[in-house]
Amino acid sequence: MAGQSDPHVSLFSAEEVEFIAEDEMVEIVPNMTIERLNFISGDFGPFLPLTVNQVPLWLAVALKKRGKCAIRPPHWMSVENLTKVLEEERDSQGAFQALPFHYVEISRLLFDHAREDIPDIYLVRSLIEDIRDVRLHKVETSLEKFSGTSAVKIPNLSAMEVNIIRPFVGRALQAFYKHDNPEKIPDIDRVSSGQSRVANSEPPRRPLRR
Amino acid sequence: MASGAGDWSSSPIDDYETLISTTDVELLKRAWRNEKASPEILPFQDALVKRAKEQIQLMEETVDEFEESGHDPLIVSLYQMDLDRAQFLLRSYLRVRLQKIEKFMFCIWKNDTYRDRLSEEEKSFIESCIRVIEKHLDETVLSKLPENYRDILKQSAISEEDDMVPEPQLDTFVVANCKRATRPLYLDSNRQSAVFDNRDDYFQMVPGDLCIIRYKPFREELINGNIDLV
Repeated sequence: MAGQSDPHVSLFSAEEVEFIAEDEMVEIVPNMTIERLNFISGDFGPFLPLTVNQVPLWLAVALKKRGKCAIRPPHWMSVENLTKVLEEERDSQGAFQALPFHYVEISRLLFDHAREDIPDIYLVRSLIEDIRDVRLHKVETSLEKFSGTSAVKIPNLSAMEVNIIRPFVGRALQAFYKHDNPEKIPDIDRVSSGQSRVANSEPPRRPLRR
Repeated sequence: MASGAGDWSSSPIDDYETLISTTDVELLKRAWRNEKASPEILPFQDALVKRAKEQIQLMEETVDEFEESGHDPLIVSLYQMDLDRAQFLLRSYLRVRLQKIEKFMFCIWKNDTYRDRLSEEEKSFIESCIRVIEKHLDETVLSKLPENYRDILKQSAISEEDDMVPEPQLDTFVVANCKRATRPLYLDSNRQSAVFDNRDDYFQMVPGDLCIIRYKPFREELINGNIDLV
């Protein structure tokens, strides 16, 4: 297990996770008229000044960069909502609070490109970082409690967190499965000799403890 | 998106979600993610790729026209961004499949189920790949080994099966999102309980669940579209 083949990094690079997140919808307020846009990914607009429109995040960021709109921060990104979520994260031991699947990527993109559109940006940013820390810590501590299952439900985990823990959890669970089912994995190195027969009649393996 | 009920999304977003979720870009994104996360090769989405190619070609022509006719550069750049995104998805989807084909060449070629999952172009790719590899290995190594060890598929002439062929590791654990309820699956043994769920013998996912699961028992659910890999 320790010397197992390539210690690959996670399947999806951070940029790819961000790419997926960029299709989430946000609200913008354009400051000029833009004609209707017939994209491959959908039709948007027409955009009139001072009206609220729903667009994908990548489009919102592109327009914002060119100074054509203001982005309205999503409802969940308010100071009061985040404070509430943070408190509940700290209080509940095993469960994760409901947050948008791509909250990390969305908040990061908005911080980078739409600073002036977010009220109390420093407070919001530190709240989100605290929430991230608490959640990651929670995932780490609960990883110790896995004891060789075939399936685990993890409600409300977010995309970036999934991507971070995926390699480790995947290999750990696989190792558990392999060790708990030695007869199901063909072992070509096993020599059928008296030695292994004696080994097979040993008492059942001890379950892995925390 | 479909990550469960949320207080943060209002109903206009839900309508948009259902509208957007039927676009080809969304379907292509789903296919791309599934293909990337899955250890084995999945059925080729022939119709989807054809449609996506057509739309991309059309859009490329449109963008070229816009540029020549001196259309507002802002609008042109936005169309170009959308085009780039769609192109990336298509290219990455095809590339991920090619990587898997190269990795499990012989296994896919021998196995009828896998072979049916390839597109026509991929089939001719794999044929020529196998020819080239066989020739190369033969010339460099195999012809110089003793008689019994010259086969490319078997370790030696006395092997009962093709043990030189790497197979996809179907016991890898993947993260999956549930869209439609799955059948209750009997996962062997008494080791069901985990931190977040205490189901006993039968494991069933309901829409909105996010789970880490072993790939093998859930293959059909993935191909049927009940779950998506993340």
